[in-house]
Amino acid sequence: MTKLPAWAEFGLIPLINLALAFGIAGIVIALLGVNPFAAMKVIIEGAFVDDGALGYTLFYTTSLIFTGLAVAVAFQARLFNIGGEGQAYIGGLGALLVAVTVGSWLPAIASIPLAILGAAGFGALWAFVPGWLQAYRGSHIVITTIMFNFIASGIMVALLSGPLMRAGQPNPESALIADSARLPLIHEIAPHLGLHVARSPLNLAFPLALIACVVVWALIWRTRWGYALRAMGHSEDAAEYAGIKVRRLIVSAMALSGMLAGLMAINVILGAQGKVTLAFPAGFGVTGIAVALMGRSHPLGILLAAFLFGALVQGGTELDFEFPTITREMVLLIQGLIILFSGALTFMFVPMLSRILGRH
Amino acid sequence: MGLGLDILLTLDSMLRLATPLVLCAMAGLISERAGIVDIGLEGKLLVAAFGAAAMASWTGSAWAGLGAAILASMLFALIHGFACITHRGDQIISGLALNTIASGLTIVLSTALFKLGGQTPTLDAGARFGPISLPGADSLADVPWFGPFWRQLISGHSLLVYMAMFSVPLVWWLVWKTRFGLRLRAVGEMPAAVDSAGVSVSWLRYRAVLIAGILCGIAGAFLSTAYGSGFVREMSAGKGYIALAALILGKWRPFSVLLACLLFGFLEAAANRMQGTDLPLIGQLPVEFILILPYVATVILLVGFFGKAIPPKALGIPYVKER
Repeated sequence: MTKLPAWAEFGLIPLINLALAFGIAGIVIALLGVNPFAAMKVIIEGAFVDDGALGYTLFYTTSLIFTGLAVAVAFQARLFNIGGEGQAYIGGLGALLVAVTVGSWLPAIASIPLAILGAAGFGALWAFVPGWLQAYRGSHIVITTIMFNFIASGIMVALLSGPLMRAGQPNPESALIADSARLPLIHEIAPHLGLHVARSPLNLAFPLALIACVVVWALIWRTRWGYALRAMGHSEDAAEYAGIKVRRLIVSAMALSGMLAGLMAINVILGAQGKVTLAFPAGFGVTGIAVALMGRSHPLGILLAAFLFGALVQGGTELDFEFPTITREMVLLIQGLIILFSGALTFMFVPMLSRILGRH
Repeated sequence: MGLGLDILLTLDSMLRLATPLVLCAMAGLISERAGIVDIGLEGKLLVAAFGAAAMASWTGSAWAGLGAAILASMLFALIHGFACITHRGDQIISGLALNTIASGLTIVLSTALFKLGGQTPTLDAGARFGPISLPGADSLADVPWFGPFWRQLISGHSLLVYMAMFSVPLVWWLVWKTRFGLRLRAVGEMPAAVDSAGVSVSWLRYRAVLIAGILCGIAGAFLSTAYGSGFVREMSAGKGYIALAALILGKWRPFSVLLACLLFGFLEAAANRMQGTDLPLIGQLPVEFILILPYVATVILLVGFFGKAIPPKALGIPYVKER
């Protein structure tokens, strides 16, 4: 396999993938009778310019940083965790149970960290099981995590329309979390600092997500555990031969991955909503795969990719209002195309580029 | 008669609910026997359902709809083949990408073309595959046991249900009794051997993927032009993944896979009938607990509790020709 210089691999290839995905989406938009550049303008204004738009964009970015990091951590060890959606969902359950239990009598300084731990712990547990099954029973992780997504969804529907359903209202959703266990919203804190910020669901989970990026980077590239993880990703046999306990590593990598996916729930449940609703992960677990692929499994890349997808999700909602024929699901199409080009067709351009760039 | 009829009606609904699962699982079987993982069953099912409903509502012909469904699904199969066979890309990621593309594209197209918020217009009877009454359904109705069995359970389904059931022996014959099938299985176990015998690995795999496309196409047409009467957004609703579970539970063997599909169909039918009814001793059981049983069963199988599911050896591994 020919190798590309780093700037091409981490800069040029993602850009080509992005351009192709946007190009194809643009053709579809044009075929539906809308000027693709007008659609692009609506997306950009909807994501950055309108009042509160940037807050929404960063809110979605926060969720995607967590689910993207989750996929990336497992990817470093060549494990493909498709279960981010279910882990986030179960993470929401953990956050809720802890927050409802301690929220009424503990001060915020204690109950918020506990609720965050609840989300992380439940998410980790939901990934630990498939990880353990992969390591000790050889059950294929892709299949088990897919199955666990559906199992999580079934359990949550049963709980939210059953024992956890809030009385006196028609929708299957949970009780409200006390304010003392909720992550403060940015637009509510800002005036205390003398700033004015437009209303949005952006909350303190955002800085926590940025910290998570740094922590994951340090874990993977600056610790013995991370070294073992990357060694295993290159060659499981070599890692085993070098004395790395591969099985334990699989389990711990999956638990960390699930923990990160579970943390997505703190953004939505403890931050924005204050309650658990049906299907609240809303596909962000899957989008995390696109984020991780596009960000080349590196925290910095993931940060950028999460911001891009966050902007697309937020700007995409404006499409519904501006055009009669184009809907926000256009973004789903773009996302699928990016997964296809950056994940499945990676080898299409590498030989071509390495010929052009003349490195063999 | 009460209980007997209840059971017959549940089994009747089981056959209909199992139909898309059987077709998708057979599609997955052929693809995976040739060494290509097919997570994209779900996406192919969805685009096919949309293609069938859109074409049937324009032309008023269920058959034109079926044709469009098969074409749409085969196009997605070709992309999968292009990524995984020609470019040796990751098969799981490719399937996942196609599922995401399918779910975005069908909503975008249906909204833009029909302006009904992601649906197609309701199809009238002529544009759908209606129930077929088998000979003797009425005249034999009074024969004890056999009469109701024939009339309620076997007769009165759409053509596509019978096609699905017939696809199982057909796939078995194709994969185990023909030369093509022998090569197909070989290419999923040890492609290098097939290659050194002078048979093209890529072409074999492309054919497998395309046959899978045809079968998913029929399944999609069933969803929107036989079971339902039009396309609704996300109408595949995880059926492609359940088919994948049935494929593993049936250990990649046609008749075992059929049994798994029928079991899953039965669970869904039973869950639908039990909604809101009290069971003796346990009271009301949340139907979700029945609906997740297929996934739980698959995980338990993968843990190795009832036998071991051994996939084709070369499954998921791109073939690199030696130079």
